[in-house]
Amino acid sequence: MELAFIIEKFALVILIFVVTLVIAMYSTLAERKVAGFMQDRYGPDRAGPFGMLQPLCDGGKFFFKEEIIPAGAHKALFILGPTIAIITACISSAVIPWGRDLTIAGRVVPLQVADINVGILYVFGVVALGVYGIMLGGWASNNKFSLMGAVRAASQSISYEIAMGLSIIAMLMVTQTLSLREIVEQQAGFNWNIWVQPLGFLIFCTCAFAECNRVPFDLPECETELIGGYHTEYSSMKLGLYMFSEYINMFVSSAVMVTLYFGGYNFPFIDSLGLSPNLLAILGMVIFFLKIFAFIFFFMWIRWTLPRFRYDQLMNLGWKMLIPLSIANIVLTGVITIVKDTFF
Amino acid sequence: MSVFYFVAFLSIFFALMTIFTKNAVHSVLYLVITFFTFTIHYILLNAQFLAVVNFIVYMGAIMVLFLFVLMLLNLNKDTEPLKSNLIKIIGVIAGLCLVVTIAGSLKLLETSNPVVLKDPGIGLVSNLGKVLFSEFLLPFEISSILLLTAMVGAVLLAKNETKKI
Amino acid sequence: MQSLSNRKKVLEQKPLNFWERIYLPAVFKGLTITLRHFFKRIPTIKYPEQKRPYSKNFRGQHSLKRDEQGRERCTACGLCALSCPAEAITMISAERKKGEEILYREEKYAAVYEINMLRCIFCGLCEEACPKEAIYLDGPHVQPEYLRKDFIYGKDKLVEPKFEIND
Repeated sequence: MELAFIIEKFALVILIFVVTLVIAMYSTLAERKVAGFMQDRYGPDRAGPFGMLQPLCDGGKFFFKEEIIPAGAHKALFILGPTIAIITACISSAVIPWGRDLTIAGRVVPLQVADINVGILYVFGVVALGVYGIMLGGWASNNKFSLMGAVRAASQSISYEIAMGLSIIAMLMVTQTLSLREIVEQQAGFNWNIWVQPLGFLIFCTCAFAECNRVPFDLPECETELIGGYHTEYSSMKLGLYMFSEYINMFVSSAVMVTLYFGGYNFPFIDSLGLSPNLLAILGMVIFFLKIFAFIFFFMWIRWTLPRFRYDQLMNLGWKMLIPLSIANIVLTGVITIVKDTFF
Repeated sequence: MSVFYFVAFLSIFFALMTIFTKNAVHSVLYLVITFFTFTIHYILLNAQFLAVVNFIVYMGAIMVLFLFVLMLLNLNKDTEPLKSNLIKIIGVIAGLCLVVTIAGSLKLLETSNPVVLKDPGIGLVSNLGKVLFSEFLLPFEISSILLLTAMVGAVLLAKNETKKI
Repeated sequence: MQSLSNRKKVLEQKPLNFWERIYLPAVFKGLTITLRHFFKRIPTIKYPEQKRPYSKNFRGQHSLKRDEQGRERCTACGLCALSCPAEAITMISAERKKGEEILYREEKYAAVYEINMLRCIFCGLCEEACPKEAIYLDGPHVQPEYLRKDFIYGKDKLVEPKFEIND
């Protein structure tokens, strides 16, 4: 029994890891394709049909490039930076429920690595840790631009984490639980949290963009001002790891947004289809991934639409707009909850 | 129990490393690892909420700010101010005081009964919230007022600074 | 100051109103614009597979022509080299030996005829200068090469291949 449990979890972890990496790989291609179509061109289409082999070529190129560690850099921290970035990006998906329980040979296999009762806070904590990768990398490069990138990353992530946390609190007041699985189960059918927390979703989404360092909040790396920011000095696969961690973060934050606000693996009329539970679980997982892909597309869509914020605009938006808005959201949610409890 | 001793050893080791390293950034990083071992301690005590909050607030926010400030400072041997002998003497006296205090407290120490939790679920979020907002409501509110005061003070300081310029 | 052209526009800089300050309407407007472009027809021509037709008077790579009997028309008079504004053409002439009548039309021919394609500006003056109608710029683009010396085209690349006229 114990052994089966370990094997089951191990297989699930490996599977999620592989799926995450593959999705991150193909996100790079999708990003370039989306950029192309939005700018009336094709994007990469030379490597394989529709450029499907492009990510493999890029990966291979990353591995074969010369690895340069600048003479003035702090060597240990220079290597530690991308390592932390990729590790924190990968482990944050551990608490996301990917689907309903499967039943294989009489054993109930939950499609979730760990259902801990502080699930959402775990994601939050790991994301908060991710900024160390950028900060250490930027500082260890011993380069003014990198340092600027690192400092910007730190201040940006701190500012937006507050609004993000407050928007989550408003949502927790509705769901009454921190466990992601229970949150998803509550949204069965079409009872998605987006209907009760539209403002919260908007704030959360904005903060997720900022936490992923995506345009319009990509100030830590912005090419035009900081020539690459924290990864100016990085080359070869270390740069690849930074890029990869950005795309994995995008995938995980899409997954979290779908889980929290868009019903996770639920879809309307899920129980009136009359299918077997295992089939429903798999179908739910497919739906879940479709929703995630929609969000990843949304990330890219935003990226190729909006210009980068100026630094003071970023801080104004974070501190003077999002935080008061999210506090107002908490108050509003509380009032509505009380009114509902007393009068209905 | 062996896990506890191992983690406890790690936390003391990294705490000492925090003090003894010359490089300020290294010191902060060791402090981060120390906080991480504290998180593991909380998990061993089945206090998941505290563990995660420690993780988010201390490792994710406060230490990032520490690091943020240290990165902007140029801390190396050339800029280190010369310490006068007076400061050194005061330091020795303070250290000795600490040693005396620890020795005194060790003398009074009795081996207490191993703590057995009456309610193993005490560390979970809902229980913690209920306790905080019923039994310990007053201290909770007072500490929040304390934090508010500190925040107002910080904002005021920042305001003054801009007016002068 | 008074504008002389009367086309001066005074830029009004009003402080942003509420809707502009929360960015959202502008963001949605931008998103619809990019989405419209997402479904637009793409004007790109995928070059090696699809080619644009050349215009009728396109001037490309030179070719040295042969006459009806397959003999080289060029007589190495040097007028093309003289007319060339870019000094791209050089040649060494030689006298036709007995038995070579099937190869060269005139008594004098170009033993070496070189055009430096990096210098050539494809103006077509050589074509106009030629009294024997021996050179025409009727080829395709000049192909890219890795080395500069490979751009100096000799007779092996310039003279058009032999063709048969069947009566």
